[in-house]
Amino acid sequence: MDKSTIKRLLSYVMRYRAKVLLVFFCIIISSMANVGSALFIGILIDDYISPLLIQAEPVYTGLIKALVVMGLIYLTGMMATLMYNRIMVSVAQGVLKTIRDEMFEHMQTLPVKYFDTHTHGDVMSHYTNDTDTLRQAIAQSAPQTVASFFTVAAVFISMLVTSLWLSLFVVIFVVFMMKITKKVASMSGKYFFKQQQSLADVNGYIEEMINGQKVVKVFCHEERAKEKFDEKNDELCKNAYEANKFANILMPIMNNMGFLLYVLVAIVGGALAIRGVKNISLKGTGILTLGAIATFLQLSRNFVNPIGQISQQLNMVIMALAGAKRIFSLLDEKGEIDEGYVTLVNAKINGGQITESDSPTGTWAWKHPHGDGSVTYTKLRGEVLLDHVDFGYTENKIVLKDVSVFADEGQKVAFVGATGAGKTTITNLINRFYDIADGKIRYDGININKIKKADLRHSLGIVLQDTNLFTGTVMENIRYGRLEATDEECIAAAKLANAHSFITMLPKGYDTVISGNGSDLSQGQRQLLSIARAAVANPPVMILDEATSSIDTRTEAIVQKGMDSLMQGRTVFVIAHRLSTVKNSDVIMVLENGKIIERGTHHQLVEKRGKYYQLYTGAFELE
Amino acid sequence: MIKRLSECIREYKKASILSPIFVSLEVLMEVLIPTIMAYLVDYGIDKGNMSYIVKVGVVLVVLAVLSMFFGVMSGKYAAFASAGFAKNLRRDMYYNVQKYSFSSIDKFSSASIVTRLTTDVTNLQNAYQMIIRVAVRSPIMLIFAVIMSFRTSYQLALVIVAFIPVLALGLYLVIRFAHPIFEHVFKTYDTLNRIVQENLRGIRVVKSFVREEHEKDKFKNVSNEIYSDFCRAEKLLAFNAPLMQLCSYSCMILISWIGARMIVASGNNPSDGFTTGQFMSFMTYLMQILMSLMMLSMIFVMITISRASAERIVEILDEKSDIESKEQAVMSVKDGSIVYRNVSFGYGNMSENTIFEGDEAENRKKNNHQKYCLKNINLTIQSGQTVGIIGGTGSSKSSLVQLIPRLYDVTEGEVLVGGVNVKDYDLNVLRNDVAMVLQKNVLFSGTIKENLRWGNANASEEEIKKACKLAQADSFIQTFPEKYDTYIEQGGTNVSGGQKQRLCIARALLKKPKILIMDDSTSAVDTKTDAFIREAMLHEIPDTTKIIIAQRISSVEDADMIIVLENGEINGMGTHDELLKTNAVYREVYESQVKGEQENG
Repeated sequence: MDKSTIKRLLSYVMRYRAKVLLVFFCIIISSMANVGSALFIGILIDDYISPLLIQAEPVYTGLIKALVVMGLIYLTGMMATLMYNRIMVSVAQGVLKTIRDEMFEHMQTLPVKYFDTHTHGDVMSHYTNDTDTLRQAIAQSAPQTVASFFTVAAVFISMLVTSLWLSLFVVIFVVFMMKITKKVASMSGKYFFKQQQSLADVNGYIEEMINGQKVVKVFCHEERAKEKFDEKNDELCKNAYEANKFANILMPIMNNMGFLLYVLVAIVGGALAIRGVKNISLKGTGILTLGAIATFLQLSRNFVNPIGQISQQLNMVIMALAGAKRIFSLLDEKGEIDEGYVTLVNAKINGGQITESDSPTGTWAWKHPHGDGSVTYTKLRGEVLLDHVDFGYTENKIVLKDVSVFADEGQKVAFVGATGAGKTTITNLINRFYDIADGKIRYDGININKIKKADLRHSLGIVLQDTNLFTGTVMENIRYGRLEATDEECIAAAKLANAHSFITMLPKGYDTVISGNGSDLSQGQRQLLSIARAAVANPPVMILDEATSSIDTRTEAIVQKGMDSLMQGRTVFVIAHRLSTVKNSDVIMVLENGKIIERGTHHQLVEKRGKYYQLYTGAFELE
Repeated sequence: MIKRLSECIREYKKASILSPIFVSLEVLMEVLIPTIMAYLVDYGIDKGNMSYIVKVGVVLVVLAVLSMFFGVMSGKYAAFASAGFAKNLRRDMYYNVQKYSFSSIDKFSSASIVTRLTTDVTNLQNAYQMIIRVAVRSPIMLIFAVIMSFRTSYQLALVIVAFIPVLALGLYLVIRFAHPIFEHVFKTYDTLNRIVQENLRGIRVVKSFVREEHEKDKFKNVSNEIYSDFCRAEKLLAFNAPLMQLCSYSCMILISWIGARMIVASGNNPSDGFTTGQFMSFMTYLMQILMSLMMLSMIFVMITISRASAERIVEILDEKSDIESKEQAVMSVKDGSIVYRNVSFGYGNMSENTIFEGDEAENRKKNNHQKYCLKNINLTIQSGQTVGIIGGTGSSKSSLVQLIPRLYDVTEGEVLVGGVNVKDYDLNVLRNDVAMVLQKNVLFSGTIKENLRWGNANASEEEIKKACKLAQADSFIQTFPEKYDTYIEQGGTNVSGGQKQRLCIARALLKKPKILIMDDSTSAVDTKTDAFIREAMLHEIPDTTKIIIAQRISSVEDADMIIVLENGEINGMGTHDELLKTNAVYREVYESQVKGEQENG
């Protein structure tokens, strides 16, 4: 079993130290009541019923008193059981909640690369399947195991009181029993981990297939999708079978070993007694009486039972550890590194002097603390410089080579080039979804590595080709750009993006609920919404990556007006295939194979009669 | 519900029956062993008879070994049966989901389908295993123990019987209140899954708007809801154990009192009546009875939790696709001609019973009272023609073509392909001959080759290459170090938008379809490549009917016929030149695209 996983899991439980202590206390009381009830019958017979038998006139008051005492003990035990069960629920659920929240929180810090290289279903499986395994383990298995341990300890002491030799015999037997248990448990543990893995695999496959369901249907791929599913499903079934098989046989093995022990104790005890071997016990030495053997037999039963229970709970614990291991591997995934210390602040400018302001001023500045404790402010202008940048998604495959781009405040910079030339990659670098391999990127003269990622991204608005909306109302989706935006501001942004007219056509207008991936809006309408979303954010720099590719040209022509006013006074990076979209840019970069091969305004490039001209006139062979 | 679920046991029926049989045998052993043990104590140890001890001991060892064997076998078969049952459940669900029409998928949402196929099935698997093992064991144990206790002492046994209704009532109350909470918890699980899913997909949006905190808040809300629901439900279930204890402890005290008086009354004389030995074995039976009841209560808890899951699974299994092949369907498509006859279509009414909660459900219902998005379409396309479709955002271009491969069914009117109503075709036949490159296209994780083979599983390398050349994809594939074996990540994040589109076109071409529909599938491809693709198609697959939805006039201007859609109606139809003369909308679109170029040209 993985010790570090257990330790780490325990550290979550121990956050509820006070509650756990209380539970601990309650468990002791509860198991004492349990042990008490086992001993009670012997005491009842020996100390109360037997004396009554020799009395001519039986006096029951002693018995009644004993029963009342016992009743009180039971009542306490019962209250303790109720208490620890209920407290444990909130501890277990609290731990689960903490783990879920931490996972999600941590996931938000992971670099884009993580999301690009993991199937979504696999990640989702951590939140449901893996977390579920922990639920029962913490709420039930853990306290039961503790309770069983107490019972074992209490019974063991009673055994020592009765007979040392027999106790020794039992201990040897139990050690042997534990060896078998360990072997079986480790087998089931191995398969439980495999089971969780193949469960995640199935989860990932289903997720991918169901999201691509249209394609599956269009290609009549159902049968093949089933074949592959069957393969994964069979694998899961096999692992689940192996895991549960080993888990299931544990209990009968333990149980019957208990019977074996019973018989063996009877034989050994009988032999010892008949031979008249001296008995050593905590009470002292003496002869081994038949009564002592009978008591001991009962005790050995009570000794093995809880051990059996522990071994049964072990299954749950093993499965939980398999889930926990996967959860912790997500939590240990390295987050985005953000060593930035330059932050974005509201600013006031008085005669060239920039001062920080607490309230929104509409003007922003970079706050740049220096090593010597001094702070300088630089006005946020939106000037971006890429200086001899190299980049590759994997180390051995360079996508961008020696790219230099300069965008002055308020300029519109366009990237044109064949698909795969590296246009989108450039924008991925500016907002630091990925980090460059060599060269520098400066924003208002500051190296972007020095800028806090959150502040950097706040200053950049982005509209992507793949629009991703979230389940919620239209209004909420627009407001995603700036959470404190008023309804009026959102509507104004929608008008700017020309989305207002179709929104008002929706049954509930801005309050219409759209689903994240449903078919309720067309691709073009989704793009209009994502433009509105970026507009409401009102950033100084905008990146439009094929932002209007799914919008028809007539609508685009109308949106264009809005877009123009949206771009007014902002630095804008545009990626588009439609040259009409990029023509009025201040500078157009023509990219080929990760290199900028031409740059200039539309007129300059046309006059140059280079690649752009060929592309423009349709004479350019791209590949 | 149980009948529906039990259909999934199938080949695991044998194991499902063997398991309880072995359990019963195990229980028999377990009941026999203590009885024989009593002999060991009474006649062996008490009498100091060593040979008797050994003799009975051997019998006991044999019984224990047998019991262990039965136990192991039942455990094995139970694991086999439950894992298999779960496998069949998942299989049936997944197969049925494959049959779903899109309206069904929209109804459940993909996140919910995923939870049902995993979490819910796992719950049911555990419950099933419990049922065929423990649920058999406990009642048998209970019956044996009750019989034995009655044989030992009639009066004392009645005390136990008196407590059973108290216990039953208590358990019933707990379950009654806990079940609805569990039902709710699983719905919340769907929401949690959805939030994670949307977050994963939209991570670029989340990060670029720096909305991590907002997402965390969203997540924490659901997470909290799950927390408090589970707490409430499980705190109710926590009454189980103390309730059990209440009954068992009360029984013990009562029985001790009554038993003691009975022993005293009989003077502990076996021939007269009750003895201490009997008293002790009675206590053992009492413990057995209570333990079985305890186990039964745990099973009830399991069933409580899994009932909610079972209902969700059955919903998936029982969902009928509203698009299915007819019996005696037409098995071949004659040619690529298409006719629309008075076709109207709306997405509406499909989600009347959508599974959403509260406000969301309300909103959805209201959303669906929308009008038709296609109105009275009449259209004839000859086989082998190239047809362009132009129209504004939201003019239902996609809806129009999705009716051809029956992704959705018409609301009114009919669509004919090769002279036959699409509803009369076998679905596979129809869809094999109608290739569609979707607007929002998807590549799957796997190599390029694997992705392309979706079009034709048996395509040779040459065929694949040829299709890629046609789609202008071969050249960029050649630049990848691993060429056609390059691995595509889920959703195709490691190829650019234009590359993705060309791969999707190649995939569709591999089907050698009679009709090829390209729904805005070259939007991310540059104009020149776009032109190459169209030209290649014209020459390489002249007999295929080609329908091109596009935003660029240049993509459709050479088409034999161009359809202008406006608000779900055909606004104009004809060649490029005709439309320029007759159709205002078309002219406007044309001008919006050409004007700028002329200024500079």
